[in-house]
Amino acid sequence: MSNILEAKDLKAYYMTQAFGVRRTVKAVDNISLQVRQGEAFGIAGESGCGKSTLLKVLLGAHEPPLTVVDGTVKYRFDDMEEIDPLALDERGRREIRWKKVSYIPQGSMHVLNPVRRIRESFHDFVRTHKKVSQAESWDMARNYLRDLGLSEEVLNSYPHQLSGGMRQRVTIALATILWPKLIFADEPTTALDVVVQRGVIQLLKDIRQKEGSTLVLITHDIGVHANLADRIAILYAGKVVEEGDTKEVLKNPRHPYTQHLINSLPRLDERSERVSIPGRPPALDNPPNGCRFHPRCPVALDKCRTIDPETITLEPGHRVACHVVAEEVSHAPVA
Amino acid sequence: MRPSPEPSSTAELLRVEDLTKVFNIRHGFSTKQFHAVDGADFSLQADTPEILTIAGESGSGKTTLARMILGMEQLTTGVLRYKGRDVASLTRKEKRSWFFGQVQPVFQDPFATFSPLKRIDHYLYETVSNYKMADKAGADAYIDNVLNEVGLSLKEIKGRYPNELSGGQAQRVSVARALITRPSLIIADEPVSMLDASLRMSIVNMFRALKEKQKVSILYITHDLATAYYASDRIAVMLRGWIVEMGPVERVLGSPMHPYTQNLKQSIPSADPARVWTQKIDLADMDGEKYSHTGCKFAGRCPAVMDICRKKTPPNVMHEGRMVKCFLYDKSVQST
Repeated sequence: MSNILEAKDLKAYYMTQAFGVRRTVKAVDNISLQVRQGEAFGIAGESGCGKSTLLKVLLGAHEPPLTVVDGTVKYRFDDMEEIDPLALDERGRREIRWKKVSYIPQGSMHVLNPVRRIRESFHDFVRTHKKVSQAESWDMARNYLRDLGLSEEVLNSYPHQLSGGMRQRVTIALATILWPKLIFADEPTTALDVVVQRGVIQLLKDIRQKEGSTLVLITHDIGVHANLADRIAILYAGKVVEEGDTKEVLKNPRHPYTQHLINSLPRLDERSERVSIPGRPPALDNPPNGCRFHPRCPVALDKCRTIDPETITLEPGHRVACHVVAEEVSHAPVA
Repeated sequence: MRPSPEPSSTAELLRVEDLTKVFNIRHGFSTKQFHAVDGADFSLQADTPEILTIAGESGSGKTTLARMILGMEQLTTGVLRYKGRDVASLTRKEKRSWFFGQVQPVFQDPFATFSPLKRIDHYLYETVSNYKMADKAGADAYIDNVLNEVGLSLKEIKGRYPNELSGGQAQRVSVARALITRPSLIIADEPVSMLDASLRMSIVNMFRALKEKQKVSILYITHDLATAYYASDRIAVMLRGWIVEMGPVERVLGSPMHPYTQNLKQSIPSADPARVWTQKIDLADMDGEKYSHTGCKFAGRCPAVMDICRKKTPPNVMHEGRMVKCFLYDKSVQST
């Protein structure tokens, strides 16, 4: 299967200068990713680890002070040649945005225009990209909402008349009505109740199944990843520490950070003591040398303090950046 | 020490009797009544400290209930007793010197709790002097002692501004501030929902330790059932102002009885790949539902709905060691 999205050696820093003091925050540091056509790819990590920054760069929507220092991003849709979102001008970006590439923003309950009815928002949105009359765009909206199992009545409502979960689903419908091939979702279910969250996850699944579109999902909630993502990448302090099949990573995590993250989750079937990772994620303007996790790592070696670990492949598709795992693998008998 | 009019007879720490809060919502000339909390009824025992979780979706009245217990919201009807005394009958002075010292809040967002322009230790010193917990010379030692209980020390936070602390640290300071008056009850409104998964457990573990060592009861308000199951002894599940199920957490979440609790439990996404959802749920009826209709408030979404549910308010039934507000377990309905 071909890759719809490829990022290579991506480095994106926030560079600011105030009163002569230069500050560089390395929010995305040497990240390479491949997203296959038609899959759901999850990006997990704590707040401040660079998830949203990575998404901005992948979308080509970064603005100063965020600067792409190095690396490339490529989209490859089946009918077209490669597109480099970092090189596109405003016009070119408008060409592909929403039609090819779509984005469901964080806290998208607040993105709807409060003084326009939902159907007017749909019309504004569709008309910017397609020459359609008002009646046609409303027809499109009505049919699409029916397809997704949402009530048509919402079209006549104002955003404040809808519940948070409904607004979120309307926003998702809005972002996907032009059948984009590649959908980015930034924390689409955060701040929703569990029952509503389940509805939103179901909706995203349905949209993927109907059109075979690719989903890049960002959230800190591992439970959401387990239910939605085919593959998952764990981010820590601007780097990918582990990547692989969601099932494999969750069942058999190799990086100490991933292990801690998964073990600290409370479960509904047992109440044994859970410990959380000591310390806190590092500030990204002055990250620790070597492996960025070493100050909090219980199994850190000497070289973890000085040398940045290489990413190694354990099995096809399961990649880890950790010295300890690398040593284990190199000492293990070759099968 | 401050005067503490301790009660003599009762062993109840907190008694909530038929507590109701009605908000009047004006629509032009007409007024609509909205029951944010409707007949809440439970108690906490003084001799056995416990963590009681109040769970429910947003808009279920969790926070309104907490604000009423804290004395920040007038009661529409009902009685609130603290250590046997009717809170409504306390004078302002008694409230300040006794009640507010006994019951302390911890809020959701630690960075909104503290002013970004003040040093964070300022709040600790201020509370010590307001409640005369220690004199000027002893304040440092007193505060350091309290901070140790939440896993911090005065040296770590002295002179620092809130933005210099991590979310977990700031939330710990927020709990330490609440502990300064040596309260018997802490009301924590969504204390971990702003924190990352890896920090969440450290706060929840701290609550467990406070209950064990300091004998503080905690009212833990959350929509996160997983941490509720992990941390609490009892749980009350709220739905649109009603407590629909209440009992020991192992029973209520282990084998939920009320259809709403069952629905909630099934909707928690599990990180275990062996337990991902295979079935779809029906969400069609969730919106556009009216808040103040007659009968059971869950009838519109309930998979086991009966005729009577739409006409009458369900009774509180004791069933298998917990309270359930549902006709399904009402014997008089079953037999007819």
